Amino acid sequence: MNAFIKLVAPIALLTLAACAKDSTRPADDTGGTGSDSSSGSTSPYTGPSAGSTGITSGSGSAKMPTGRMVYFEFDSSEINAEGQAVVDGWAAYLAANPSAKVRLEGHCDERGTREYNVGLGERRGNAVLQALTSRGVGEAQISVSSFGEERPVAQGHDDAAWQQNRRVEFVQ
Amino acid sequence: MKRLFALLLCACAPAHAGLEITVSGGETAARPIAVVPFAQPADATTNLAEVISADLGRSGQFQPLAAADMLEKPTDASKVNYRNWRVLAIDNVVVGELRRAGGRMSVRFQVLDVLRAQQLAGYEVDVPDARRLRAVAHQIADIIYEKLTGIPGYFNSQIAYVAATGQDKNRLFQIVVADADGMGPVTVATSREPLMSPAWSPDRRQLAYVGFERGRSAIYVHTLATGDLRRFVQEKGINGAPAWSPDGRRLALTLSFERNPDIYVIDVVSGARKQLTQHYAIDTEPTWSPDGKTLAFTSDRGGQPQIYTVSAAGGEARRITFEGKQNLRPRYSPDGKLLALVNVDESGYRIGVLDLASRNLRILSSGPLDESPSFAPNGAVVIYAAQGRQGAELATVTVDGRIRQRLSQPGDVREPTWSSLIR
Repeated sequence: MNAFIKLVAPIALLTLAACAKDSTRPADDTGGTGSDSSSGSTSPYTGPSAGSTGITSGSGSAKMPTGRMVYFEFDSSEINAEGQAVVDGWAAYLAANPSAKVRLEGHCDERGTREYNVGLGERRGNAVLQALTSRGVGEAQISVSSFGEERPVAQGHDDAAWQQNRRVEFVQ
Repeated sequence: MKRLFALLLCACAPAHAGLEITVSGGETAARPIAVVPFAQPADATTNLAEVISADLGRSGQFQPLAAADMLEKPTDASKVNYRNWRVLAIDNVVVGELRRAGGRMSVRFQVLDVLRAQQLAGYEVDVPDARRLRAVAHQIADIIYEKLTGIPGYFNSQIAYVAATGQDKNRLFQIVVADADGMGPVTVATSREPLMSPAWSPDRRQLAYVGFERGRSAIYVHTLATGDLRRFVQEKGINGAPAWSPDGRRLALTLSFERNPDIYVIDVVSGARKQLTQHYAIDTEPTWSPDGKTLAFTSDRGGQPQIYTVSAAGGEARRITFEGKQNLRPRYSPDGKLLALVNVDESGYRIGVLDLASRNLRILSSGPLDESPSFAPNGAVVIYAAQGRQGAELATVTVDGRIRQRLSQPGDVREPTWSSLIR
């Protein structure tokens, strides 16, 4: 049997697993405006490691970022200026707290087919991952998952809803 | 706050009230038929003739006469007065009877040619389980359909789909299996996390689908009769889009653990794995040609998602769609001549059928957010998901575009997939 494939009895899947996801999320989603105080910057990303210089590993000095959403254009995984600011805040926090971990959840709007959108959500997650590692965050601190269009935050079928749903969420 | 992960098995959970069905479209060019109410005991609650008539009518090939408009209601060929059907311009009459002899139950029925005033065929179908009379009615409809059109029917088959109800933390995802007409839905799996991409094994015994455990995706193989649920593959990253090979021995699927989504083929029994595509783009949504030699899939390697084909033995992928902005999620027709797909242009996301020989693309739906097409086992009908007034709902359309049907229920229903025919 291939070592990658695990057989499980149905009962194993009934296991209840605690997940503290929602209670430990940084509060006050700012809608991606990047108003986190740790970076103090809303300027476009200018180069690798910019946000991590001078931060002492393990000091815990950088504050928990307040923004936890990076938004995207339709069918795009490019991080805009507002998104860069959110990434900067998390980069500073994670670089200063090497034991801290974050999961990047990639999401899409409802347009496009479901499995293609799972791919696109992962591409968005990986774009944020690369932005973080280029700022000095260790890759071991970050995991990426994609829910495609399965977990919308806005339920409508218009541009306003779609805009909110095309996102990467920072989840701790 | 604790969130519970639970992929629950409910082998016999009677699902919701069932899908509400609306049929529309072409009474023209359909063949007039009369399925006369069968003689059946009062305790047999399924009206056989009604179920048969509804099946035949939905196919678009037949225009069934309402029982109220019949001038006589014989239950045996010897009692039929053909003039009573000629005046109503009926081509074919079906008469029959549900009988009990000893402990055995069966349906005997006859298909009659009105013009020639003669019997075309007579049949007797066993009823192994009185609770499954609807399935027997579907089976009879398939026999009539094949006798009169020359191609197999599709009524005695099943659909699997994903249902999602509730919002946010109360969101509940279900895999549901129902008869092809949407009746008798049974929830086979539920989860607080997304369930996606159900795929029937060719023998209808198993469903492969995608589930999530605390944000991590996995592909499961679920044996319906026993409720056995096997976590088939769970790599880092994406585990998605399972598709059974026509011989049921392999699953094509999407994995991204080697950095980006590619198509893999995994032997169901041995687990032997073969990477079929290797490209930095998103490769996903594979489907097997019925001869098992070719796979079609979605890739955005050209910038926009389009459909490509690749040999099951591996090698270069070839782009086959060029119309519209994007084309995604292909499914082969049972004869291998057509691909159902999602076509994207200014009109939105619509279901199209691509003729693989002529490369002619025919649009079958009006959008704006249609997805997940799947062929009926006889290739004459496509089922897909559309955005309706009360959420996502299922729709069917005949491949000639004439007859449309909507199946809806409260909440979202989507990702329908049609099983093979139960004979």
